[in-house]
Amino acid sequence: MGRITLDKVAKSFGDVEVIPPLDLTIEDGEFVVFVGPSGCGKSTLLRLIAGLEDVSSGEIRIDGEDATSVPPAKRGLAMVFQSYALYPHMSVRKNIAFPLRMAKLDAAEQSRRVEAAADVLNLTEYLDRRPGQLSGGQRQRVAIGRAIVREPAAFLFDEPLSNLDAALRVGMRLEISELHKRLETTMIYVTHDQVEAMTMADKIVVLRAGNIEQVGSPLELYREPRNLFVAGFIGSPKMNLIGGEIAEKHGAPTIGIRPEHVTVSNEAGEWHGTVGVSEHLGSDTFFHVTCDGIEEPVTVRVGGEVDLHYGDKVWLSPDPDHLHRFDKAGLRIA
Amino acid sequence: MARAVSTRRKIAMTTLAWIVGLVIFFPIFWTILTSFKTEAQAINNPPLFWGFDFTLENYAVVQERSDYMRYLWNSVIIAGGSTILGVLVAVPAAWSMAFVPSRRTKDILLWMLSTKMLPAVGVLYPISLIFVEFNLLDTRGGLILVLMLINLPIIVWMLYTYFREIPVDILEAARMDGAGLREEILYVLTPMAIPGIASTVLLNVILAWNEAFWTLNLTAATAAPLTAFIASYSSPEGLFYAKLSAASTMAIAPILILGWFSQKQLVRGLTFGAVK
Repeated sequence: MGRITLDKVAKSFGDVEVIPPLDLTIEDGEFVVFVGPSGCGKSTLLRLIAGLEDVSSGEIRIDGEDATSVPPAKRGLAMVFQSYALYPHMSVRKNIAFPLRMAKLDAAEQSRRVEAAADVLNLTEYLDRRPGQLSGGQRQRVAIGRAIVREPAAFLFDEPLSNLDAALRVGMRLEISELHKRLETTMIYVTHDQVEAMTMADKIVVLRAGNIEQVGSPLELYREPRNLFVAGFIGSPKMNLIGGEIAEKHGAPTIGIRPEHVTVSNEAGEWHGTVGVSEHLGSDTFFHVTCDGIEEPVTVRVGGEVDLHYGDKVWLSPDPDHLHRFDKAGLRIA
Repeated sequence: MARAVSTRRKIAMTTLAWIVGLVIFFPIFWTILTSFKTEAQAINNPPLFWGFDFTLENYAVVQERSDYMRYLWNSVIIAGGSTILGVLVAVPAAWSMAFVPSRRTKDILLWMLSTKMLPAVGVLYPISLIFVEFNLLDTRGGLILVLMLINLPIIVWMLYTYFREIPVDILEAARMDGAGLREEILYVLTPMAIPGIASTVLLNVILAWNEAFWTLNLTAATAAPLTAFIASYSSPEGLFYAKLSAASTMAIAPILILGWFSQKQLVRGLTFGAVK
């Protein structure tokens, strides 16, 4: 079981308030991703849950029990660090067995669980190596192995993939998702990469300056961002945010339209502009079009290949059903 | 930094290093040489580098007059004991300074080091009184305690510098894995800091071995280490240069051999963790 509740949890370092009081409930078995730009307090929040930092006020409950002043060793949570944080002087086997050794499990049970974890993570042939002799991906798997052997109430991941190269990152992303499906254990995952958040999460918590901007499923956040920050942060490429007269025409100080909800035409449309740089991904093409009366170039997604070139004049039309409107304070207008 | 060094420069530096090395080594060499001379030849003018009558008589006399093994044993116990005790106290101290520093940590460290700038004789009187009061005079236990306290700032400083190189993530991982403070220090921090602890131990064994002020002032016969053994031969009466040299050679031999076999750790220790 791993239901985690934060009740008015706040954190200050000296006079600086990093996290103003916030409430959050993470259900048992949920995959929750904390996402936000660097310095938004997402890692601090994770470390508060882990017990590596003390809360300044508020209460943390794990499965209904007050864990606020319980030391990390006794919270029954496992953590995977960005730097892997393996014990360099121990073999892979000893690294994975360490939490079991601390829990004073008997040797037979320890080796049974280590073998099982190694099997799941394809580490069997590396069990007698030291971390220094492994690649980045293998090290990360050892770190995950160390976390899964003790069957924790929840897993905490602190940007676990950011030290890996892009190809490996995609692979590990799938492995972690796969692991979650199989273990059905609560996972809290911190990342600054919204693609990781979108692809892995059951629930995303978007943070900015310690505040929760929005909590919801990836598609809820994508379809109905509560404010301009979430609108701009979730989705790649970013949502086009347009102000000024053009927005006023649609009845809001700011409007937003995702690149896939803009149609391109040679003859007619709402906005007139010039094609700038284009990005060809094969399956999709993104055009950056500079339009009259719009400050930033508008990004447009077109399926497959289209015969448009740098400097071509085009017409763009936003799909009115998918237009997002925001008020002066940046909040979504329903 | 990769930089081509010209051959001429290399030769010059090597020569200079050898000269400096030889100058530093010369007194030791001379002591050893003198220990094999007769007393008359030992004070011969001009000094004799060769052509003297090689004799082991001085060693025989020294061994006959005083029990070398007893002094040696005292030295081993005092140097070893004070170092082990010091490390036991300093590991937790350095842990807290390196991993949970407060705003005053740097000040405390500097203050600790500043006690090393105090002339030892300045506290001779109070320490002697304490020793008399607690019946510690001429006991190994008393000396272990005093030498431990004298060297503690250096042990803490050295361990602190080594511990700072250890990523805190790894200690946090141990905490998440269920390790309490004791397990964290015992199973994770200490094994990772073994090279640093080894150099610290070595340097402190040497410092304690060579410590002469306190050992001479606070011991008489029972707990006297090798420093007192040498001192007993520096008598102003009579010709004892050769015997003094023999005693010195016997006193420095163990530490010289220890130093020889642990040069690498020692160099690292002496650079105070500055070289990574």
